[in-house]
Amino acid sequence: MSSRDAMLARIRSKVSKGNDEARRAAVDAHLASHPRNLIPARGIGDDEHRLRVFTEMMQAVGGSVEVVNDINDVPHAAADYLRNSNLPAQLRRGQDAVLAKLPWHRGTLEIAVGRAEESDRASITRAFAGVAESGTIIQTSGQDNPTTLNFLPEVHIVVLEAANIFASYEEAWSKLRGQFGEGTMPRTVNMISGPSRTGDIEQTIVRPAHGPKNMHVIIVR
Amino acid sequence: MEASAATFPANVIKALADSQLQYAMTETGPRFQTKRSVARDALPEFDALRDQSRDIKNHVLDHLDIYLERYEAKVQASGGHVHWAATAEEARAQILEICRKANARVVTKGKSMISEEIDLNHHLEANGIQPVETDLGEYLIQIRNERPSHIIAPAVHLTRDQVEADFRKAHTHLDPNRDLTEIPALVEEARTVLRQKYFEADAGVTGANFLIAETGTSIIVTNEGNGDLTQTLPKVHIVIASIEKIVPTLEDAATILRVLARSATGQDFSNYTTLSTGPRRDGDPDGPEEYHVVILDNGRSNVLGTEFQDMLRCIRCGACLNHCPVYNAVGGHAYGWVYPGPIGSVVTPALVGIENAKHLPNASTFCGRCEEVCPMRIPLPKMLRHWREKEFERHLQPASIRWGLRFWAFAAKRPKLYQFGTRIAARVLANMGHGKGRLRNVPLASGWTKYRDFPAPQGKTFQQMWKERAK
Repeated sequence: MSSRDAMLARIRSKVSKGNDEARRAAVDAHLASHPRNLIPARGIGDDEHRLRVFTEMMQAVGGSVEVVNDINDVPHAAADYLRNSNLPAQLRRGQDAVLAKLPWHRGTLEIAVGRAEESDRASITRAFAGVAESGTIIQTSGQDNPTTLNFLPEVHIVVLEAANIFASYEEAWSKLRGQFGEGTMPRTVNMISGPSRTGDIEQTIVRPAHGPKNMHVIIVR
Repeated sequence: MEASAATFPANVIKALADSQLQYAMTETGPRFQTKRSVARDALPEFDALRDQSRDIKNHVLDHLDIYLERYEAKVQASGGHVHWAATAEEARAQILEICRKANARVVTKGKSMISEEIDLNHHLEANGIQPVETDLGEYLIQIRNERPSHIIAPAVHLTRDQVEADFRKAHTHLDPNRDLTEIPALVEEARTVLRQKYFEADAGVTGANFLIAETGTSIIVTNEGNGDLTQTLPKVHIVIASIEKIVPTLEDAATILRVLARSATGQDFSNYTTLSTGPRRDGDPDGPEEYHVVILDNGRSNVLGTEFQDMLRCIRCGACLNHCPVYNAVGGHAYGWVYPGPIGSVVTPALVGIENAKHLPNASTFCGRCEEVCPMRIPLPKMLRHWREKEFERHLQPASIRWGLRFWAFAAKRPKLYQFGTRIAARVLANMGHGKGRLRNVPLASGWTKYRDFPAPQGKTFQQMWKERAK
């Protein structure tokens, strides 16, 4: 018997009470219906409420947030942010169609496209979703917004459309299923709440650890 | 790795006399406790989420064989590989094999308690592969060749001065006159040294906080971002996880995630919660080309269907350690194996055998705080009591304890005799206290009075006083 079969047989012998048919049916029903459990009230509310809670929570974990009314203002806002951070006016982005169409020349920015390189100081990505309850950004991997952009550069700028700010993780899961199909996922889904940190020496919180030092979210209303 | 839990009493004496350890531990428990209670108070639904989290894991354990099969099928459908390891030895061999096929020389590692449990690093080193821990705490203990002393804060037993000394010893290529007095300087140095390793690595090993059956996904929860660089940059991503990490759906994972970070560090959500499914897809510019999951049993299935099954609900948040008066006094290394604190005292006997962990069930005052704070509502004191019963059944305690218990049981079953005996004892001890209210020495209790005075009884027993009040 293979290790696999031996392990499964052993587990089965411990948990089965001769009711394997019923157990299998229970598992498949739960996986197919994936019911929601209790969802905290904190993030639930109208557009303004979700935007406000998201902003408060993101700031509480060390991220910064600004709101622009027109997506075409993003390049300018990003350039300002880099200038105020004393960083060169250079950004790396993926092939995301919405980001590709922005008037980057307005911000006098130098834009590189692709996955992050070791020398990149700052990146910009377009978020798949934001979650109000904990101030969390959700990114999905792929050529549109490569995963390395979330981790390698010291500054991570995120474009988040206000319509994509959900109350809870569960609503983001629904969007995932809508986009990728039931039970199917992209290679990586990153849920990011603020810049990288560590408390491993004397429980003193230090930023950054290995990821970005600053996370700046530009919310497009 | 050998368990030295059997020498717990000796380990404790050493720990209590270790002034650096005692300094490092002074603030640890209180700080963690405050952070957790602030996070809990900010979420009115917290306790209800704990109930649901407990129910989710109970459901999983009752259907574990089936969920594992569904999980495996999903991993394979997304292009990943699942390896089944009944023992630590098998898991080590499988990981080594994957690394060899990838011609790996350097392997970066995210934080994983399972990797500690199977002692992966020494195995890789012995076979010519360099493992590099990238979580700061794990890196610190790796360069010291130590075990973690805490489940989520592996280097909590160290002071900044010790870290500075270790870095000067380990990073000899850097300027010996550099200033490392402040903690941010130490963190910055680790960031710089490890950044290079991410690019050099041929494979990255991470643990998993959860495995999702619905999608074949593994989840890691970190704050540093090291786990993500570990699993994104090398060609091969290897996940090592134990059988009970399964949760059914994304929704179920979300529920338990809500109690995990709050219980662990007092954060609402950890900085990075990452869901990984299979290798990189066609057209993806980054991510690993291969994705492997090694699923480990290593004795866990032995407790399924027994009075110990509830321990498998554990999500390794460390809250029971942070709230344990014993853990906070002696630190994690005294427990002698990989998992310290109350959950360690419950898990270690199950994984290495009660005969090799025989003092651990007694490393508790039964104050009950561990159960009070456990996000998965594991009845830890009850399980410790079950282990004490096993110890007694298997004659693992010293004769003095067995005779003492027998003597006590004899009296306790005879109320008249018990009341008479305690009246005498209370009076004698009160007289010995000479009105000072405390005793320097108590017959048969020198182990206790060696370290502190024994509070002298007031002269009457509880039952006597109760009777008087009732009149």
